[in-house]
Amino acid sequence: MRGIVKSFGTVQATRGAELEVARGEIHALVGENGAGKSTLVRVLAGMYAPNAGTVEVDGRDVTGWTTAGAIAAGVGMVHQHFMLVPTLTVAENVTLGAEPRRGLALDRAAAEREVRRLSEETGLDVPVGTRVAELSVGQAQRVEILKTLYRGARLVVLDEPTAVLSPPEVRELWRVLERLRDAGGTIVLITHKLDEVVEISDAITVMRAGRTVARMATHDATPQAIARAMVGRDVVLAADAAETRPPATDARPPMLEVRDLVVERAPGLLAVRGVSLAVAAGEILGVAGVEGNGQRELVEAIAGLRPATSGTIALGGRDLRALDVRRRGDAGISHVPEDRHERALVLDYSVAENLVLGQQHRFTRGAMLDGRRILAHARELIARYDIRPADPSLAVRALSGGNQQKVVVTRELARDFRVLLAAQPTRGVDVGAIEFIHARLRAARDEGKAVLLVSADLAELLALSDRIAVMYGGRFVATLPRGEASAEALGEYMTGVEHAA
Amino acid sequence: MSVLAYLAATLRIAVPYLLAAAGGVITERAGLIGLTLEGYMLGGAFCAVWATFVTGSPWIGAGAAVVGGAALALLYAVSSIRFRADQVVVGIAINLLAIGLTRFLLRLFFDSSSNSPRVGGFVVQGSGTGFGALMTNPLVWAGVLVVPGAAWLLYRTPFGLRVRAVGEHPAAAASVGVAVARVRYLAVALSGVLAGLGGAYLALDQHQFTDGMTAGRGFIALAATIFGRWDPARVALACLLFAAAETLQIRLQGTQALPSQLVEMLPYLLTIVALAGLVGRAVAPAALGKTTIE
Amino acid sequence: MMRVGDVPSPAEASPASDRASRRAALEEAVLPPVVALLVAAVVGDLLILSFGQSPGAVYRLLLEGTWGNAYGFGQVLYKATTLVFTGLAVGVGLRAGLFNIGAESQLAAGGFCAALAGLALPSGLPWLVCLPLYLVAAAAGGGVVGAIPGVLKARFGAHEVIVTIMLNFVVLALLGYLTSAHLHVPETLHTPPIRSGALPRVAGVLPAFHGSAANATLVLAIVTAAALGWLLFRTRRGFELRAVGLQPRAAEYAGVSVARITWQALTLSGAIAGLGGLNFVLGYKQYYEEGFATGAGFLGIAVALVGRSHPFGITVAALLFATLSQGGLAVNALVPKQMVDVLQAVVILAVATSVPEVRRLLRGATRSAER
Repeated sequence: MRGIVKSFGTVQATRGAELEVARGEIHALVGENGAGKSTLVRVLAGMYAPNAGTVEVDGRDVTGWTTAGAIAAGVGMVHQHFMLVPTLTVAENVTLGAEPRRGLALDRAAAEREVRRLSEETGLDVPVGTRVAELSVGQAQRVEILKTLYRGARLVVLDEPTAVLSPPEVRELWRVLERLRDAGGTIVLITHKLDEVVEISDAITVMRAGRTVARMATHDATPQAIARAMVGRDVVLAADAAETRPPATDARPPMLEVRDLVVERAPGLLAVRGVSLAVAAGEILGVAGVEGNGQRELVEAIAGLRPATSGTIALGGRDLRALDVRRRGDAGISHVPEDRHERALVLDYSVAENLVLGQQHRFTRGAMLDGRRILAHARELIARYDIRPADPSLAVRALSGGNQQKVVVTRELARDFRVLLAAQPTRGVDVGAIEFIHARLRAARDEGKAVLLVSADLAELLALSDRIAVMYGGRFVATLPRGEASAEALGEYMTGVEHAA
Repeated sequence: MSVLAYLAATLRIAVPYLLAAAGGVITERAGLIGLTLEGYMLGGAFCAVWATFVTGSPWIGAGAAVVGGAALALLYAVSSIRFRADQVVVGIAINLLAIGLTRFLLRLFFDSSSNSPRVGGFVVQGSGTGFGALMTNPLVWAGVLVVPGAAWLLYRTPFGLRVRAVGEHPAAAASVGVAVARVRYLAVALSGVLAGLGGAYLALDQHQFTDGMTAGRGFIALAATIFGRWDPARVALACLLFAAAETLQIRLQGTQALPSQLVEMLPYLLTIVALAGLVGRAVAPAALGKTTIE
Repeated sequence: MMRVGDVPSPAEASPASDRASRRAALEEAVLPPVVALLVAAVVGDLLILSFGQSPGAVYRLLLEGTWGNAYGFGQVLYKATTLVFTGLAVGVGLRAGLFNIGAESQLAAGGFCAALAGLALPSGLPWLVCLPLYLVAAAAGGGVVGAIPGVLKARFGAHEVIVTIMLNFVVLALLGYLTSAHLHVPETLHTPPIRSGALPRVAGVLPAFHGSAANATLVLAIVTAAALGWLLFRTRRGFELRAVGLQPRAAEYAGVSVARITWQALTLSGAIAGLGGLNFVLGYKQYYEEGFATGAGFLGIAVALVGRSHPFGITVAALLFATLSQGGLAVNALVPKQMVDVLQAVVILAVATSVPEVRRLLRGATRSAER
């Protein structure tokens, strides 16, 4: 793949990415969130047509082919979110769309036989007659791989296959991939976890910001070198560092204190496995980590949007567990959620209405909303923080992403609060809005607020945080004072290279 | 009365339920709500009577019912698949359209606002109310055979596998090259065909079309679909249960022992209870009623 | 499948486009009903021609028989009154993201409970004294029927569409049983007449309306529409209810209990439909009769849809559908009045089909204009 450019609207997901994979190797494609890895492999699998660049498979130019074409040519994709029908059996899922027949009917025996044969050949051990809903995540993933092999895939792309697996399942997966490679198959593996890369791959391509920045053979590479290439050297902004105040001393009592918090992602599936943290007034605690390691659930549990299985959450010494979302807000929790379009804004409501969302009970006159006060509130915030267009009655849907996020941040910082939970506050917004949001977060800290900043962007964390904790596998694996933190060090904890406690 | 006669009477009432509910299972398994069964039945009943009246052949009548049911079903399919209209709203509109059109055509063709002239149905051999006479009606056979037929189609054929896949996880089906829209069109059309036949049975059994003659039977079929948890065999049992209760109520009509209204509400009440999860959770196909493929 | 994180936000609008976006919003609301009426007119022409009549003559007769004379207009108002209630009932549900198909049985239950209250009252009380009791009885009757799907949805996640459909049959059968077994006048399907609290007819004030059933419930309908508009668009509860309908996850974030709004909205919806029962029971016949609600619930869905779930739109749409119903009777000499049933279905079908299409076209146009 050469010079691949793919944009969505005005945003370029890849801008000249390259990927060259030799036959019969396990090739790791690594990079931070949003580096363009998924986009690149979706172009390869025929899901997206690139805006520029060429794709060649076996020396044949196949640029712009369809999913069906890719499948026919032996390119199979295992998605991060499984494409399996839970109510169907393993054999039915594997053969769906290319079913063996006997006359008009399905040949179920042949289907099960074929799947069992593939399963034995590859070591992908699955119960062929069982419904997918009853499988473990690891088994479901094996079914996904079998699906591609059943369709004759010789190049299999796996998009973050280990994100959902337990360590023994990961080892199992490695054995399967090695077996496939040894049988002449080719594997492209997307991952964040560098320990895995070093363990399994033969060659590595590193992407950053939509470009391919490095390509190396695994035996020449160290995790540290890969991490440096992933996050880049020039991430810590000197000017930001100068503005940071001395780190908080431990003597101050914590404003937000969480102890041994356990939170489920789904029934029986733990996302947060015992996190304790304390944020003092006037401090920003950064939480680094690759997405999906429990950060979302941690924040939602503190905000009251998700029940905590066990553990305590206290604000200024007051136990929050019995309070609902609104009462936690009244108690002093302010929350910039990571999901702007689904959670943080009602897109069809006006800017003015969105600026009171979550505090609507504070802008009332009897049963009614106090429209005049809501409008005055909006006018003031719009003028003060330069939200554009400066029209409080405009539906927030019509604003740019950056201005939408300014509405959210402005709202959450204009309320009466003591603790701010900021999750991915600058994702998908333009540079101007990022500067604005960073300045507001610093101002909040300087006013004596406690800030919990969750971000996948290390540069942001290093620029703003007083301390940085790294979340990996539902736990805090390290908490470093800012002075000791660097992109390289954090990258190693985030990717599981370093396992300090 | 004999048990056999009671069972025969039950089957006679159950036939339209079995046909329509089989259609209900197929359409809902493909992800499209079966609100429209009532409309297909009514349309089918009218077409059957009209075609039988014109040609004198109940076979052609049944064929016309198939065409009528399928036509309404295609209207539903185009609106909800191609135009992504809300299935509930379109479903209600289709039912109202069936009521309105049959009324209008009753006036246009038969110049009556209540009923058509009598037509001949399938010639029934033998007399009495036993099974012997009943089983000479080909539509009864259709009702009996539609249950194993639907089960075979759903569980034993590639088409059935694809129906179950698109109703549960259309994106997964699409990712392996299954043409989701085409599978859905076919499933909806098939439900129209089956429910239309159910209407034909009803009308030919009574030898005429009367305004609104389906009287909620399509909704009973929908109730059976849900109460039977979208599985052909269980759905057929639900149909027989509802029909048996109805037969019992008819038998007891003179005695005042069982108010007819309380029997009437039984299928619906059971369905609500099942939906609330009070007796065995009824879990619908995951993509049921969704307009987009995600 | 795309995840939000991977994909840029949609429609980055420039400041200049805000007026355009507001106009687009209005077009989005108004265009589908207009399209629907055009389609219905075409279908109507075909039906009329199939009967060998001239569409122009039929439509003229339809207008004359409805808005052209006081009696016809009075009947339009009477029919519209019930439809305003059922339309508002469906509309408030839609605003909360819920589809109440049960307005029919809620309307019947409201009328039935009002009749029960009326039978309990001594004769000769002035209507203003009785009215509060009737209002409470009718709203409670409909409200209970609405609360059942509300609670089942909030508590067990039971789909409200199926529950309300099934409940229609259950409630109507139950009311039928109660009426026929305990309350009816022999040889009829109705209860004995109520002796107190009949609502004044419009004809009592304007004699030209003589013979039409339009009555003071009309005023109640307008008051209810205004009150609902106030509730939805001016109060905090309405703000929260609409947020649940638009984006339940955002509502949850804003501290709103989605489950609570769900059962409250469906209970309110049922209560409003129940109030509509007064139009027939107290305004027209002075008794409860089986089947008086037939069709009004499903038409309420059409009214809410065409009126885009806005109280003002619903009131206009109720007048439109009432005109069609009454107009059917007026033209029955030329073409069967059943033509109107077909047209009503066509209007719903066309609105339902064109809403997503219009939205797609308009949003697509806005986007391409920005490039």
